[in-house]
Amino acid sequence: MLSTTPRLALSRQLKNFRRFATATTTPAEQPVKDKSDTRKNVLEYRQIYPEFLPDPKIEFRNPIREKLERSDMIARRANVDIPEFYVGSVLAVTSADRHSPGKLHRFVGICIKREGCGLRANFLLRNVIDHQGVEILYDMYDPTIKGIEVLRLEKRLDNELLYLRDALPEYSTFDSNMEIEILPEGAPVPVNEIKVKLKPRPWLDRWERKNLKGVQDLELPQRFYDRAKELETPWEKYDLMKQYMRTVPEEEQVEIFSEVQTHLHRSGAAQKLKRKRTFVKPTKLA
Amino acid sequence: MFNKSALLRISSLLSQPASKNFHLSSTCNEIRKLARLRVVDNSEIGKRAMAEGKPPRCIHVYNKTEVGLIGDRVLVAIKGEKKKAILVGLKQNQKPKVPKFDSNNIVLIDDSGTPLGTRIHVPIPTILRTILKERTHAKGADYTKLLGIASKFV
Repeated sequence: MLSTTPRLALSRQLKNFRRFATATTTPAEQPVKDKSDTRKNVLEYRQIYPEFLPDPKIEFRNPIREKLERSDMIARRANVDIPEFYVGSVLAVTSADRHSPGKLHRFVGICIKREGCGLRANFLLRNVIDHQGVEILYDMYDPTIKGIEVLRLEKRLDNELLYLRDALPEYSTFDSNMEIEILPEGAPVPVNEIKVKLKPRPWLDRWERKNLKGVQDLELPQRFYDRAKELETPWEKYDLMKQYMRTVPEEEQVEIFSEVQTHLHRSGAAQKLKRKRTFVKPTKLA
Repeated sequence: MFNKSALLRISSLLSQPASKNFHLSSTCNEIRKLARLRVVDNSEIGKRAMAEGKPPRCIHVYNKTEVGLIGDRVLVAIKGEKKKAILVGLKQNQKPKVPKFDSNNIVLIDDSGTPLGTRIHVPIPTILRTILKERTHAKGADYTKLLGIASKFV
């Protein structure tokens, strides 16, 4: 057994040296091509699946735990469809409710915050029901969640829409019977450039200091803007060390996403199929 | 220091009802003593208090920590009266899947747990079903009557 492989290799080498040489290069080329593919996909993936990237904080890093979490997340994704969504998208979450047994609880709202990584990833939905603002925080990988639907897939100008709490209620009012808005195939995710009108002060936060793009003129006295200007830190974007500590290096991202790529690709393809035809007539078996 | 007319003018300013319609302190996100609340049922006293812009204040929380959480019973001062109420929606951050509201909502009840109003016009968190059932004892007050007048659960 042991002697056959070297002999075979030797004979092949004697037979055609050139062919042997190409044979060694082709498997080497293949991963390189794959790697460039994943590198291209990484940009896409880190937008769609940000929770697969670990917390860049050094003291929280633990490669084994991260790997286990990723496998758990993929296992969960095999059971429930967790679609691509962004802050600003309108979602409907159906979950089993312990407090009303036998009933499924459905909540429709705009995603105003998305954070956490790994199994702790969560998102905050907001809606105004009967003139009362309601927000619910959902864990993305919560086993009680039966399904997440994206009713309107879009992005906003800001990374967090917490200012909707101080905005007029019509900006966060969504009908619970809203229908799914289907985007044309292959179209990029649209960015909603709506400018929100805030209520007059008092607010929950000093929005003039947050450098928000999605709000209308705040109509404050000049001293507020002066103070905001004093406190801003425009040099931080040039602080390479800070940026490095805040992000996961690209090499690691490629490694992570190439590990989970096949599973994600499968679920992504399934999603696209699902988007195409939502209802499949059940066929009678046997 | 002040002459009599100035004093009179100040006292007349202080007695003006318009000066009571706004509050200088920010809203308390935690229900403690003197936190302002919002009545969300259609009881006569609650409706009048909210319409006049004199929201009830919490003057006691019936638990050990003195911080009101969802489903806790509170004593409120409303239009010069003392009434009991149940917290049915809070502004502070909640656990996952428990709704967080934009205002601190209460429903007025009497000593036996019967609500003073006949309808609640905002959504009520479903977790209250469990909490209020736990708080209700066979011979004591029945707080689950509140769930019967809720119009919507969230």
